[in-house]
Amino acid sequence: MDPRKTILGLVALALTAGCHKAPAPLAAVPLSANSDSLDRARADSITRANAARQAEIARAQAEQDSLRAVREREQREAAQNVDAMKVLSATIFYDFDRSDLTEAARSLLLAKVPVLQAQPTIRIRITGNTDDRGSSEYNLALGLRRAAEAKAFLVNNGIDASRLAITSMGAEQPAAQGESEAAWSRNRRSEFAAITGGSNQ
Amino acid sequence: MQFKQIFVAAIASAALSLAPVSARSQNPTVPEGVRLGLNYTLGTKPGVLVLPMDSVGGDSVRAIIQRDIDYDDRATVIMLDDASVRGMMPKTGDKYNYPLFAKLGVVAILRPERSLTGITVTMYDVAAKRRVQVGGFPLLAAANSLAWRLALHRASDEVERWIFGSPGSAATRVLYSGGDKQIWVIDSDGENATKLTSVSLAMSPAWSPDGTKFLFCGFTPSGSQIALYSFVTGDLHWLSGTARGLNITPTFSPDGQTVAYASGTDRGTDIMVMQLGDASPSHAITVGKGSDNTSPSYSPDGRQIAFMSGRAGHPEVYTMDADGTNPSLLTEFTYGEQAYRASPDWASDGRRIAYQSRIDGQFQIMTIDLRDRSTKQYTSDGQNEDPSWSPDSRHMVFSSTRTGPRQLWVLDAESGRMRQLTHAAGARLAAWSPVLKP
Repeated sequence: MDPRKTILGLVALALTAGCHKAPAPLAAVPLSANSDSLDRARADSITRANAARQAEIARAQAEQDSLRAVREREQREAAQNVDAMKVLSATIFYDFDRSDLTEAARSLLLAKVPVLQAQPTIRIRITGNTDDRGSSEYNLALGLRRAAEAKAFLVNNGIDASRLAITSMGAEQPAAQGESEAAWSRNRRSEFAAITGGSNQ
Repeated sequence: MQFKQIFVAAIASAALSLAPVSARSQNPTVPEGVRLGLNYTLGTKPGVLVLPMDSVGGDSVRAIIQRDIDYDDRATVIMLDDASVRGMMPKTGDKYNYPLFAKLGVVAILRPERSLTGITVTMYDVAAKRRVQVGGFPLLAAANSLAWRLALHRASDEVERWIFGSPGSAATRVLYSGGDKQIWVIDSDGENATKLTSVSLAMSPAWSPDGTKFLFCGFTPSGSQIALYSFVTGDLHWLSGTARGLNITPTFSPDGQTVAYASGTDRGTDIMVMQLGDASPSHAITVGKGSDNTSPSYSPDGRQIAFMSGRAGHPEVYTMDADGTNPSLLTEFTYGEQAYRASPDWASDGRRIAYQSRIDGQFQIMTIDLRDRSTKQYTSDGQNEDPSWSPDSRHMVFSSTRTGPRQLWVLDAESGRMRQLTHAAGARLAAWSPVLKP
């Protein structure tokens, strides 16, 4: 073993020990050590302490960076989730007294497929609605058929039917009030909501 | 007007078609099983005068009888002010100045008087110049209570039987879905509007044939379900024989044993039947193949069901046998026509079915005669929907936006005359009760 290292080690030990209650074992320092080696040892010790402090700072910095990265990743994922939920819950619309899917409805439904595939635990309730111009009783059935058409489209595109429940509110929960095509066209719709637990339908 | 003579006719006979018998020649004591009726020309409304009644509450008794006769739409109520009428009444006894009443167009005088248990009503035939009927009507409940008013309506209905040979239907009530989406009931004269339910989105009430219960649909955690409400106990219970999901438009069979309703799945909505008080599950009687079939209404003999279906591509009214066989289109089909016919209700006389039909973008109340398939349009203003026949098949209650907010209205199927029944906005899906027994 290199004696200088031993001395340095002892000095370091003494310095370290100095911080503690135990008296420094000065008697253990070899008498052969000259003032030069002591100076170097002190300088090295300072360098070491500085290095340790810098390492500590770097470690803290890295930790902070890592935390920020996690936070940023979480925010990014949350944003993606919001986008995913937006895609998933996007309302689709229908023509008067029709339950077949328009081109616009099909593309909105297609966009839901990868989201549903990426999140296999999510279940969806599809609620069909109508405008208030038909028979209010028949409209309950028409709303259900609209929801069923949307469900069938998703099933045909690979989504497990057991993940899709359908229901109807007929004309009973209008999204828009008024007796105009502007209101009616907003009310002829299927809405999509994520649900947890429970059996189908 | 030529309705000045009295005649006697057997109850089973069509009284009005018989030749009149001179009042002088007939036996003044009416044998058991024979009824009296006034003779008047069909198409005219005989004038009826209700005399004031001397006692507390007399004014309201008179007013209620007058209104019932007016709403019955078969007689003209001669309205005279109290002083004039009292001036025309004999001081004592019943020697009326009949020619004077005749000049005022009065065919029958009705004289209500307080009795020990209620009222006595005496009817005088102005042409025959004599008393022709007397009847006692108990009014045991507190004045102006629901039961008291119904008892008085029964008196009106019986008096109308004296005049016309068939009773009126004033002793009835109408169930409907209110603007608050709860089930309400209202007397046939527009009194006693009462909320009966507090569930989510209650729709489509339907009376039991005995008038003691009704079915309706409401939303629950397991979807729209069918509930049964008892007027006797005030209890409501959800029928268990239905599937989860959409169960709507319930109705009773005429014997009260079967419930028909519509149930929706991924494969469309079909009419189901279910035995009441039986654990056996519902079974489908329509095979809609993805179409929607709703709103069943039984024929009065229970052998057929009218319903609406979108199976032809647009909503139409159909009939089928009660087991689901022999479905056929009720109304004439025009190729390429985008008709919308809905909400059938089979009249209790079995002859006609009322429904709503879209004409120039608005729903109107129509009837179709089942003998010759002739149709008749009753309304033309606003949206007019969901007709329901009165038990005597002479009136319909329906919802209408003719004066703005949706309200229930009553129309006379003979004359087309209309009156507003409800006054709170949003009333719809009315169901007229059978005649309510005490």
